[in-house]
Order: sequence, then structure tokens, then C-alpha cells
Amino acid sequence: MMRARVAFAGALHEATPHGSSAEPQVRLADGRVLGEGEVVWLPPFAPGTVIALGLNYADHAKELAFNSQEEPLVFLKGPGTLLGHRGATRRPADVKFMHYECELAVIIGRRAQRVARAQAMQHVAGYCIANDYAVRDYLENWYRPNLRAKNRDGATILGPWFVDALDVPDPANLDLCTFVNGTQTQRGNTRDLIFDIPYLIEYLSSFMTLCPGDVILTGTPEGVVNVMPGDEVVCEIDGLGRLKNTIVADAAFSR
Amino acid sequence: MAVARGEIPVDTAPYQLSGTVYGTLLNHLSALAAMQDKMGLPPYNAPPRAPVLYVKPRNTLAMCGDAVAVPAAFAGEENAELEVAACLGIVIGRTACNVSESRALDHVAGFLIVNDVSVPHPNYYRPSIRYKARDGFCPLGPRVTARSEIANPDALIFRTYVDGILKQTMSTADLVRPVARLLADVTEFMTLAPGDVLAAGAAAPAPRVRAGQTVVIEADALGTLSNPFVAAGA
Repeated sequence: MMRARVAFAGALHEATPHGSSAEPQVRLADGRVLGEGEVVWLPPFAPGTVIALGLNYADHAKELAFNSQEEPLVFLKGPGTLLGHRGATRRPADVKFMHYECELAVIIGRRAQRVARAQAMQHVAGYCIANDYAVRDYLENWYRPNLRAKNRDGATILGPWFVDALDVPDPANLDLCTFVNGTQTQRGNTRDLIFDIPYLIEYLSSFMTLCPGDVILTGTPEGVVNVMPGDEVVCEIDGLGRLKNTIVADAAFSR
Repeated sequence: MAVARGEIPVDTAPYQLSGTVYGTLLNHLSALAAMQDKMGLPPYNAPPRAPVLYVKPRNTLAMCGDAVAVPAAFAGEENAELEVAACLGIVIGRTACNVSESRALDHVAGFLIVNDVSVPHPNYYRPSIRYKARDGFCPLGPRVTARSEIANPDALIFRTYVDGILKQTMSTADLVRPVARLLADVTEFMTLAPGDVLAAGAAAPAPRVRAGQTVVIEADALGTLSNPFVAAGA
């Protein structure tokens, strides 16, 4: 089952996929069928704690000249950075390198406290695509990655669909890729995660209780490139859909 | 809507907290001074430019009186200690996005005490979140004091007692970025929503606490935040 949360005609709705990939539509629970551009897409679930992984693909870690790690590189994000499908993300005029990061997002469905690896997947409700932007110009060497680089307003995109875990039989073998203006720039597969999903749940729940709605962004493979205002960035993951975002300049935000 | 750590409501009437709490690193002159010699050296290579923030997630939130568990991996060791950091918690009252320093306080509902608990970690480059994001590691309260009741948030004295003995006195007069400046610089890149809490920074050195001790933080006009520290599983 794939579900979205959308706003339309004065209310929030649950929506399901409808139509063809050539002409994607959504069907609201009340029966209305709409073009995907006619509704406002929100993150497809009510997010709790947003947990993100740095350098969790060997190729991306190499790309950024990092050595092997003993412990996952985890950082946390706040709710103000979240955005839904088809949203717009601001690129400050003064920066030289802002890039997307296509990631598999794992949504917790059952409270998890000191969960062993073997039971970890029972705590997963489902999955969605995440695009976790970074502005590298703002990266500083204190509490990396600092929030000015990785927790900017509207710079963490979730969606379009919440996909039930039952419908994703092998989350450890999903192709993911990113297209900028239709050209593929990033490609990877979740089989190359350094720390896999059961490990991450075991590790995190050993010191922090995970609750329904908490979400783990599992990291991104190599192939991050700079994006500019006007660029359309589409992240795709097998079976989870296509997550679209547009880069916009300061002027749209009166900056 | 009250936020929850597990089943425990963290609600400080008359203001409701959103459950989002951010901390600010190195925003007290004493903390900056303690790192001064290392700032120009690897891995830091330069002093921080923008505010350096971190998230205290909802599992860390606790109220006055709640026990803070000293992790088992540490509790069994001699000298197993945590750091406690008294901070001024700024409670947002109105959406604050790219606010000017002169208007920043208009966006503040009030203030409370935040006890930012950590496993001691000398390296600030890329510390593991298991040092700061453990369950119950962010007691806050005892209530929100309205902004109108605080004449000057940049002149508040926080006293931290461990088992009744005064261990630290911290004044917000010594913040590197005072409250309004901090809000302006943070909201330049990150909108704060009503009910969000921004902890303005801790003094150094942080008092250390062991299981079996009680930490009391009192601040002028903000009240008293008291939390026992216990061995995990006790």
C-alpha cells in the first residue's frame, strides 16, 4: 500500500496512486481523482525524530575522502527542514556547492528500546524516499555536520509515498538514483550500505528509544553534484516512486 | 498537544512545548576560552563562525523530578560520570524566520531551565549522538516563565548544585551571542516554531555527576530544576 498526505480544497487528505506513469494522478480517500500537480504534497507521515546517516555508502565516503568507521556517523535534524514532494528548496546566492542526497528513509512503526538485530525489522512500519540537501560552503568542523549546512529550512524532502514495509520485501537490495533536469547524476543500491537497517535500529535503540514516526535516513551513494536555481531534481528508489524538488533562488523568499 | 518521552508528558502550562529542543555549542565565553588553544588546530582548523547547534531529540526530554539514568556501560566503572550543563532555554512564541536582532525578542514566549546532560566527550569535531541523545538526557522546566516577567534575559544567574554543594555559577551576561543575537543568527538558516526551545549555551567546565547524586539548577525568576541521577536499570 502506498499512501500520501496531501492538501486539497481546504483540507488534508490521504491519497493513493492513480493513473499511469505517463500521467500520474492521485485518488483521495473521498473518491476525487486529481493530477499530481493539483495537490500540495506533505511528508507522507507525521515525522518524529529525524535521524540521518553520514557517509554510509563506501563509494560516497571515498568520494569525500573519509576513512573507514567504527561507529555509524549519525546526526539529527529538526522538523523545520522537512518538505514534501514537488516543493521548492532555496539555494542561497552566495554558495558555491549545494548538492542533493538521495536516500532510503526507514520509518519506525513500533517503539524500539534495546532491540536486537534479529528483531529489528519488526519495528519498521515502512519506507519513503528522502532527498537530504547539503550546503557544503557552510560546513564547519564543529559538531559535524553542523545544522547550518544540513538542517536548513526546506532542505530535507520526504515522499512522495509512505510505502508499507510488507510491500518492500528486500529493502537491502533497492536501486536508487537521482536525475537533475532529466540527466542521471547519481546511482547506487542499498546493498552497499556500510551499516544496514537492522544494525542501525539495534545501534540507535541501544541508547535512544525509537518511537512511531521516527525516521532514519540511511545515507547516500556517490554522485552528488552542484545544483542551481531552476534545476529540477528527481530522486527515485525501486518501488517507492519518484520524489521531485525544484531549486529556487533567494528572491522567492524575499532574501 | 503535549509531547511525550515514552508516556511521560512534557508540558509546561501555560505554554505547550513542540518537543523540539536545540542546543548551542560554545556560546558561553568560558566554554570558548576552554577550547581556545585547540581552535586553530586540526581537526577544527578555525573557530566557529555561525552558531553551532545540535538537536536534543524527544526521547531525551524529561521533567523536573524525573530520574536521569547513568548508562550501564559507565555506571559499572569507577569515575563513571556524566556532565550536566545549565542552560537558558528560550521558548519560541511566534514563528521566527530570519528575524532581526532588534525584533528577535518579540518572537519569544518565555524562558525555562534546560539541563543539557552529556557523556563527557573532549572532541567536538564529530561526536557520536550517543553522548547527548540518550533517553532522559534533557530535563527542562520546572515551568515556562513569561518573557514579560524577565527584565533582561542576558543577565540571569544559573547556579548548579550537586547534592547540595554549589558546583557552578553561570551568567547569561557572558554569552558569546546574547539571546537576541543568537535568535537572529540561528533563524537566518533555520525557522523556529512556537513551542521550540533553543538552549543558549553552557559554561565550562561542566559539573560532573555520578549515579546516586541529585542535581539542582536554580536561576533567578525561572525556578528550580531538580533531577536525581540513578544507575541504569536501578
